[in-house]
Amino acid sequence: MSTPATSFTDHYNFAYLDEQTKRMIRRAILKGIAIPGYQVPFAAREMPMPYGWGTGGVQVTAAVIGHSDTLKMIDQGSDDTTNAVALRNFFVQTTGVNTTTHTKGASLIQTRHRIPEEPLSEDQVLVYQVPIPEPLRFLEPRETETRKMHALEEYGLMHVKLYEDIARFGHIATTYAYPVLVNERYVMDPSPIPKFDNPKMHRMEALQLFGAGREKRIYAIPPHTDVVSLDFEDHPFTPQEFDQPCAICGAEHVYLDEVILDDQGSRMFVCSDSDYCEERRTEGHTGHLGTNPLDAPSNGTAKDNASSKEACK
Amino acid sequence: MASANLEFSLAKAPAPGLQNPVHEAQGIFRALMNALARPGKLQDLPELDLNPPAPLGKSTAAIALCLCDYDTPIWLDKELAAAKDVTTYLRFHTGASFTNNPMDAAFAFVSKPENMPPLSAFAKGTSEYPDRSTTIVLSVSSLSHGQTVKLSGPGIKKEQGFAATPLPPQFWREMQTNNELYPLGVDVLLAAEGTVAGLPRSTKITFQES
Repeated sequence: MSTPATSFTDHYNFAYLDEQTKRMIRRAILKGIAIPGYQVPFAAREMPMPYGWGTGGVQVTAAVIGHSDTLKMIDQGSDDTTNAVALRNFFVQTTGVNTTTHTKGASLIQTRHRIPEEPLSEDQVLVYQVPIPEPLRFLEPRETETRKMHALEEYGLMHVKLYEDIARFGHIATTYAYPVLVNERYVMDPSPIPKFDNPKMHRMEALQLFGAGREKRIYAIPPHTDVVSLDFEDHPFTPQEFDQPCAICGAEHVYLDEVILDDQGSRMFVCSDSDYCEERRTEGHTGHLGTNPLDAPSNGTAKDNASSKEACK
Repeated sequence: MASANLEFSLAKAPAPGLQNPVHEAQGIFRALMNALARPGKLQDLPELDLNPPAPLGKSTAAIALCLCDYDTPIWLDKELAAAKDVTTYLRFHTGASFTNNPMDAAFAFVSKPENMPPLSAFAKGTSEYPDRSTTIVLSVSSLSHGQTVKLSGPGIKKEQGFAATPLPPQFWREMQTNNELYPLGVDVLLAAEGTVAGLPRSTKITFQES
């Protein structure tokens, strides 16, 4: 894992961005921290990666990162998927900082669509990659209008949307990018994290920063800030629950990914947070499929265990 | 002749800025970021070899060099504005323009807080763009003495005691009013020797019962 094909090169300014760009981003971050949940416009640059790969998160990380930081980069909870590897190598190349896959050992964590299972501490910073920062955008396409709605704290439309879910499906059907109210003022898109992760944002010890590159917005949640998922008294917010533990580490009450095992419909559910799963396995925990499901005598057991098509409620 | 001219012009040149602009600015920013993310908690600035012209304090100069550029009009209090060395220094190192109207300032630097104008003189942003507000940097001599107030709000687990001096007598009342304007309002950074503390607009202030 720690043998990056790339190494530090001094052909770029430290962390790629020029100093004026960093100053501009830093000023936006400070405003974002002072007004939790408010989307601060910033002059996002074109980055050497396509929109959708985390250009916003990368710019925030580049403005914050320093020599002494240890960087962890995750994509949907995993340290070793394409996006995470590519962006980690980008920072290895442009900053030369130490990287880690251990949540505990990182001072700066950039994430795409997950919050690590391990609770974060006071001296850590979590940077989210955000595709569409405006929670009201799909309800009202005009920026002038959504801006006015935030100014007037007019969030009735969002409640109507959640209500329509209830009217149609009997429950609030939003499962990711579930809107939250920050510091009792701004409705905010938590980025497409599963709603399972929403409660972790509430009064988190670590500072949370959000960067949206294409949409050119930065926002933030300072530590110990109230982050409440929107709901109704008779339909309270409920995070996802899984009716089985992780197939290889046995962890319960964690967010699970579905993995297809063959073309016969066998599948297993494993931790989405790869570091959490790995650490549990080194501690000696095993799930019902053992440490390596391919070595399991018959991975058909997975079919039985997952026979209820809806492992995830 | 030529060397005499050189000496003459060097004597007039502004004092040097950051020795290592990239990494020192990053270190200063991290301190400022943590200061605003944890209101009232003192944050150490990195070791800097800075000798800004008086009455511009070292920490205040560090904040200016870290955050100001051609995008950020600066307002200076009377003492700073009167010192030509200070304006030359800031203009040379940041490229920022100066404004006499505190309402137009992105940053305001105050070397004598006891004489500062009321907080309401500065830009508080608009309801659609609350970020278009002034960040006020106060040079203080101490971040432990003076009237103690209790801070609460985002960034603070329960409560945080805080004191600084010198401050104008009406300062904490004005900060309470500033908080009532939330999400509008000004953000305040307090710079003492080697340390900074932040008081964002989101921080609630209550007076210690005596």
